[in-house]
Amino acid sequence: MATPRVIVLRAPGTNCDEETAEAWRLAGARSETWHVGRLLEEPHALDLFQILTIPGGFSYGDDLGAGRIMATRLARGLGDALRRFHDRGGLLMGICNGFQVLARCGLLPGDEDDGPATLAANDSGRFEARWVTLLPRPGVSPFVGFDEPLDLPVAHGEGRFLTADPKGMEALDQAGRIVLKYADADFRPTQDYPANPNGSHLAAAGVCDPTGRVFGLMPHPERFVSPLHHPRWTRLGEALGSEGHGLKIFRGAVEALN
Amino acid sequence: MLWHLDIKPAPDQPDSDGLRVAQEAAESGLPGPWRVTASRGFLVEGPLSADDVEAAAAAVLVDPVVERFRVRPCPAEGGDGPAATVHVFPKPGVTDPEAESALALLRDLGHAAEAARSIRSYRVEGPADQLPRLVQRVLANEAVEQAVVGPLALDRLGAGRPYEFVLVVVPIRAMDDDALQKASRDGQLSLSLAEMRTVQAHFRDQGRDPTDAELETIAQTWSEHCSHKTLRGKIDFDGTIVDNLLKTTIFAATKELDLDWLVSVFSDNAGIVRFDDEYDVCFKVETHNHPSAIDPYGGSNTGIGGVIRDALGTGLGSKPICNTDVFCVAPPDFPPDRLPAGVLHPKRVLKGVVAGVRDYGNRMGIPTVNGALAVDSAYLGNPLVFCGTVGVLPRGKAFKSVEPGDRIVAIGGRTGRDGVHGATFSSIELTSQSEAVSGGAVQIGDAITEKMVLDVILQARDRGLFRAITDCGAGGFSSAVGEMGAETGAVVDLENAPLKYQGLSYTEIWISEAQERMVLAVPPENWPAFRDLCALEGVEATDLGEFAADGRLTLRYKGEVVGDLSMDFLHEGRPDVVRAATDPTREPDPIALPPSADFTADLSKLLSHWDVCSKEWIVRQYDHEVQARTVVKPLVGEWERGPGDASVVLPVVGSFRGLAVSCGINPRYGKLDAYKMAACVIDEAVRNCVAVGADPARVALLDNFCWGSPERPETLGSLVRAARACRDLALAYETPFISGKDSLYNEYAHEGESLAIPPTLLISAIGQVPDVRRCVTMDFKATGNLIVLVGTTRAEFGGSLWAEIRGLDGGLVPMVDPEAGLATFQALHRAISAGSVRSCHDLSEGGLAVALAESAFAGGFGAEVALADVPRDGDAESDAALLFSESPSRFLLEVEPGRYDALAATLAGVPFATIGRTTAAGPDARLIVDGLAGTRVIDASTAEMERAWRAPLDW
Repeated sequence: MATPRVIVLRAPGTNCDEETAEAWRLAGARSETWHVGRLLEEPHALDLFQILTIPGGFSYGDDLGAGRIMATRLARGLGDALRRFHDRGGLLMGICNGFQVLARCGLLPGDEDDGPATLAANDSGRFEARWVTLLPRPGVSPFVGFDEPLDLPVAHGEGRFLTADPKGMEALDQAGRIVLKYADADFRPTQDYPANPNGSHLAAAGVCDPTGRVFGLMPHPERFVSPLHHPRWTRLGEALGSEGHGLKIFRGAVEALN
Repeated sequence: MLWHLDIKPAPDQPDSDGLRVAQEAAESGLPGPWRVTASRGFLVEGPLSADDVEAAAAAVLVDPVVERFRVRPCPAEGGDGPAATVHVFPKPGVTDPEAESALALLRDLGHAAEAARSIRSYRVEGPADQLPRLVQRVLANEAVEQAVVGPLALDRLGAGRPYEFVLVVVPIRAMDDDALQKASRDGQLSLSLAEMRTVQAHFRDQGRDPTDAELETIAQTWSEHCSHKTLRGKIDFDGTIVDNLLKTTIFAATKELDLDWLVSVFSDNAGIVRFDDEYDVCFKVETHNHPSAIDPYGGSNTGIGGVIRDALGTGLGSKPICNTDVFCVAPPDFPPDRLPAGVLHPKRVLKGVVAGVRDYGNRMGIPTVNGALAVDSAYLGNPLVFCGTVGVLPRGKAFKSVEPGDRIVAIGGRTGRDGVHGATFSSIELTSQSEAVSGGAVQIGDAITEKMVLDVILQARDRGLFRAITDCGAGGFSSAVGEMGAETGAVVDLENAPLKYQGLSYTEIWISEAQERMVLAVPPENWPAFRDLCALEGVEATDLGEFAADGRLTLRYKGEVVGDLSMDFLHEGRPDVVRAATDPTREPDPIALPPSADFTADLSKLLSHWDVCSKEWIVRQYDHEVQARTVVKPLVGEWERGPGDASVVLPVVGSFRGLAVSCGINPRYGKLDAYKMAACVIDEAVRNCVAVGADPARVALLDNFCWGSPERPETLGSLVRAARACRDLALAYETPFISGKDSLYNEYAHEGESLAIPPTLLISAIGQVPDVRRCVTMDFKATGNLIVLVGTTRAEFGGSLWAEIRGLDGGLVPMVDPEAGLATFQALHRAISAGSVRSCHDLSEGGLAVALAESAFAGGFGAEVALADVPRDGDAESDAALLFSESPSRFLLEVEPGRYDALAATLAGVPFATIGRTTAAGPDARLIVDGLAGTRVIDASTAEMERAWRAPLDW
């Protein structure tokens, strides 16, 4: 199959679009960045792409809750197009604000039985930027096909994932759909701050829909594509390998389409 | 109808805003106990029903999982039970982005909403008599917010009245001196009598009186803030005339150095230097002191927003790649009951300014990577807020021009009454009345509007759609158009400016300092393409008029001429200011050092000092990695908590060439000797950048002078001395100044007593790193490595942190030896480039002892050190001096034993010595220092030292 084509969707206030496009390029995909207004005018353009990414930022200022306005616009203007895209095997990834958008427009958790979910204010009550360790659960989502833990940065004020019905979280976990969990120094899922930076239930950092093809995560894989991005590269040196952990997520999606 | 949509946390969710208020009430010294529950919400006005508002709430305005809501009509019925209810909402005209978003969304959903305002409501249980103080100290900032205690009685949101045009002429020709002074004062023009007389003479020549818009334009252009009349004027310095201090010191050094990598210095919104074959970088640091004193959040928010616009408006537009922030405040544990009237508590100031930078910088998607905190009680009534932005631009885009016939195009935010009189306000002293007088001078930012402007400018630049650009800062359109058209002339039709609300006069439109606006010169043939690009990105663009060829500034309102000034008079007509200055520096008294002893407790105290302690609480609230450029983070070490000397970013994707960003500031030295202070903070800024791997031959500097009133000869005298130090050090280090700014009149007058800030010079540096893979950080890396100290220690305790915690006076202020300093920087850079250095930390406040402790706990290792081998001169023959003296140009290095010979060869000619080695990691790791006599002078657990260092700002 040809090189996968990725659409990186930006809205007013999106601010991680350039590094997200760069990560896709490094992973071997062809990426184009589109303003959401342009896609709303030409929804059929989605047919040209195999992967859609909603990058991080503060879409429309996040003044009404993170991702809420963009989610409303997408659901109203692109609902059908996004469903078609998903049904024909397209992959969707939302990073940070993009995850908030996917959760708020109902694409995540994505199954009617799941009920609504949200990303609420961090338990710490404030925006925080720090690095976390993540435990993967491979096998369900093409984005997470590896089983070694990852180091990635988070930077958000609203990242505490929870479902309206607490049983919903258990069900997601049993289905293996909490594909990334915040982990402690011994690589066990944790509720302890700051290893779990926001108090997310069941240490959920990244979740997927029942097909695995819609994936949202709070950490920023596009910010760790080179070993130099790691906060301890001056200590760890060559132990970090030749590329950043975040690339595995992008590569997983590209490989799944090949 | 007016509806109140009240949104509160669901019963199983934390009420973090309520908890925060209760905690801040206790911290503010208000007798409790307090129990507070908080809710957020919106006031929505228009012909819509309760069902409409409920439908919108359920669909989008409220989170269905973690929030609950109710909708009630206004005015509300009285009676809410035993708890008092306090509602807080922005005053009319204050920027309210949340409400704007809600309004837009309601309209999208098809509801007939006409106006909206965000609101926070608190149900408060606590001592009723203390409620007014709670409202004032914690719940609301009366400069920008309105607080209503009890039921909401309002029935509509005032949105201004239509404006009826009346041309206002000021009869200046007939005024005597008293009347001239009164006119300046009443109009908040901040013009001196000599200046008013010059204006009067000019209009007598013209045979007419000026309009209010003309007078405002002159006042703004001639303000200290915009024209820097003190530093560019004449100064009688103890009998010697200094003609233009800036030109003869700071500019002169840059000119004399004549370096081929400088592109544009002191002429644009930011200084520009060459970075590589394809790109230039620019850097600017601004202050926003007086607005931050009144509204810390809004002040720093618009401070960072403003300096980002400086970078956007540099050359033909640069892409901002990182921000910096430095705050000077009074001690955050200042006793609340000793606060003077009208002064906000320093903890509230610090929390507010941090939140302001956080919310703007994070939303802009620009990493905030470097900063500092300087704490001194003299900043109580007049805190300082410095914000900086680095931008990158393709080579060949550094210069702009304006051609007659180009359209004057404004883009971005709309114009309101925001900040009317900001330029002149920042040039006067603060008083306890300032809040009431100048509330309108405070603005709130709207970062997303600016982010959209950024997106447009970079695309338009790359398509060549405009010829010149500048930001609307202090003075608004008046300053932006006045500067851009200085060589050509301009005709402006003021009624074209889009307004936030009706009722603005032509003069208010002209001088408004509403945020997020830029002005461009667009050739008429490019206007359609530019307009279409803006429409696609959702940015409002307006044609305000055209640049002319007549050398005049012509203002029109609906066809009537309301201003007609000669550009020449405006920019060259100001009478020279002549001020007297005298050197206030006194010979220091000798300091009496205590006998040698165990100094472990001193070290612990130093680590807990506000200036030294961990700034993690601040740093982690900033996104310091967005854009994926930050390769040396502000926090480093085994647990990513250690205090890095400088951050390093990658301006160009795909290249390993980096840019180190650092700063230096020290008000304690400033109080004693402004010359030595300036030299030391330049050394500190350069040192920090070289410590991580920057090439000392590629370091560019920025100056920000914050001083008290220049009308006091001693204050101005210390400024002259600091500027001379800038010239001397820039020449000696070959580190050119590329941009700068001064902020004078940083004084706080209260009941006849004047509190002046200490002479405060912030030096910011950008240093180029040839290959970031060679960068080093300050944390110790392994057990058994050698610890090497580079540079000479002298007994220099004047203004030192150790003298402060010991309550000792006297002693020499640290003095830079420029020749030795430069040799040290060069040798160290060769060593780092060769890979000989495992870690490197500069010595600054608290001297060797603090540097050792920081490197040890950041890396998680211990260290054993003997002072006997520390390179020193004769008078430093004491343990206290070797541990705590703050002599500049010194570094602490860690080197692997096998690399030592290579390091020693590279450092030949520079004073250095091995003073110890790193020891085992783990919970038992200790820092052990033996004194000159062989006795133990420090024996401390590194974990305990880290706790002392982290405690003060662990909020």
